[in-house]
Formats: sequence, structure tokens, C-alpha cells
Amino acid sequence: MSKNDLFQPQQFRTPLSRARGMGASRHGVSHFITERVSGLALAPLSIWGVFAALKLIGADQQTAAAWVSQPVNAVLLGLLLISALIHLSNAVQVVIEDYVHRFTSKSALVIGNLFVCVLAGAVGIFSILKVALTVTGAH
Amino acid sequence: MTDTSRGLPERPMSPHLQVWRWHITMACSILHRGCVVGLWVGAVILAGWAAALAAGSDAYAGYVGLLGSPIGKLVLLGETFAVFFNIAYTIRQTFWDTGKGFQPRVADMTGAMAIAFAVVATIVTWVIAHANGAF
Repeated sequence: MSKNDLFQPQQFRTPLSRARGMGASRHGVSHFITERVSGLALAPLSIWGVFAALKLIGADQQTAAAWVSQPVNAVLLGLLLISALIHLSNAVQVVIEDYVHRFTSKSALVIGNLFVCVLAGAVGIFSILKVALTVTGAH
Repeated sequence: MTDTSRGLPERPMSPHLQVWRWHITMACSILHRGCVVGLWVGAVILAGWAAALAAGSDAYAGYVGLLGSPIGKLVLLGETFAVFFNIAYTIRQTFWDTGKGFQPRVADMTGAMAIAFAVVATIVTWVIAHANGAF
């Protein structure tokens, strides 16, 4: 009797996954740690983000731009956006991989998730820098 | 040799909705997944806000007008809850990573605490938003 016969009810791996023997291709641990560390970074950053949002209620474009052009705000806003996108692209990828099983749909969604997050990061950071570096007379 | 993973322990798959009994720890897990997907949208909204800010007064006024509409406010209310629940859940997971908090009673309690924290923090945030003239 092999070990696998003893643990029959706990067998979850399919014959195909056994044949491939790849699992998460050995990047599972780095994915897990990235998600945890970015999550921890987000705890203070997102609380700051809520305070910032409350502060900017009712502000017009000039006021908001002047706020973003302050170095501390620009840097924290950039950190918030990047940490959030790293955290959420990883987290949403896990959700997709858990619930979408067809190879083509799953791959399309995983790639789409990555593209949207990278695009949001590029647009967001460019915009923050543009405002921070072009607004004058804010101080 | 066809079985390249011989000798490795069997790994459980992620639990699925249909095979789970309704319970606070399960509800927290599902709620967290929902919040994560919601926050993904929220991060895109934040990037859009920065783009509108960089695009000028008209674009910014239009974007903020969208966020201030009834549907926009409802989305932001959900995002507020998701932000706070994600913070509490991350702290809960960090304790799990150190091997603490797995006893059923403790896991139930920290789950309930995470939801309670998110609800209270959301209410406080929106009371302040109201005082700041959000609505």
C-alpha cells in the first residue's frame, strides 16, 4: 500500500498536474511574499489616502494640483498607487486562477489584469509627475 | 517515470463557494476576495483621478462630478469599506503567517473584528466627509 492509497480522500492533484510536476513553476513563494509585503505597505498608505481624499473634498483643480505638487504628497501618492497596483494585480490573478479554469480564458484574464495594472501605473505616475513638476506658485 | 511529483505531499485546492457551509471565517474570506476585486477597480479610479488632474480644470471638474454623482458616491462608499477591510484582513493574515490565530474561536473573533472595524471606520470616514461638505 503506497502513501497515496492511505491518503485517498486528500488527493487533489490531477493526473495531468502530476505528470507535469510543475505546480506554480516555483514562483509561488515570491508571489505570496510580494502580496503580503505590499499588503503591509498599503496599511499606512491607504489610511493616508483616506485622509487625503477627505482633505480634497470640494477642491477645484488648482487646489488639488497645488496639493499634489507638494513633494511629500506627490511621493506618497505615487507609493500608494504603485503598492496598490502590485498588491491588487497579484491578488486578482489568484482570484482568476482559482475560479477560471479554461486555459484560454484564464490566460487572457491574467494577461489583461497585468496590462490594466501596468497601464494604470504608467498613466497615474506620469500624471502625478506632470502635475508635481509643472504647477508653480503652490508653496 | 510518469509521476514526477512522487513523494510530494498532496496540496489542497482553494475552497469553492458551493462546498462551504456558511460561517464567519468563510464569509470573511469571500468578502475579502470581493473587496480585492473592488479595490482593483478603485486603483484604476485613482489613476484616472490623477490623469484628470493632469488634464486640466474641465477634465478634473467632469471626473469629480462623476465621482460625486449618486452612483459615484455608492462606489466610493464601497471602496471605503474595502480599503478598511483589506487593512484589517492584512493584519489578520500577518498573524496567521506567524502561526497564530488559527484556533476556531480566535479565527471567528478576529473575522468579526475585521468586519466591525471596517464598518465603524467607513461610518466615521463618511461622517467626516459629510462635515467636509461631500453631501
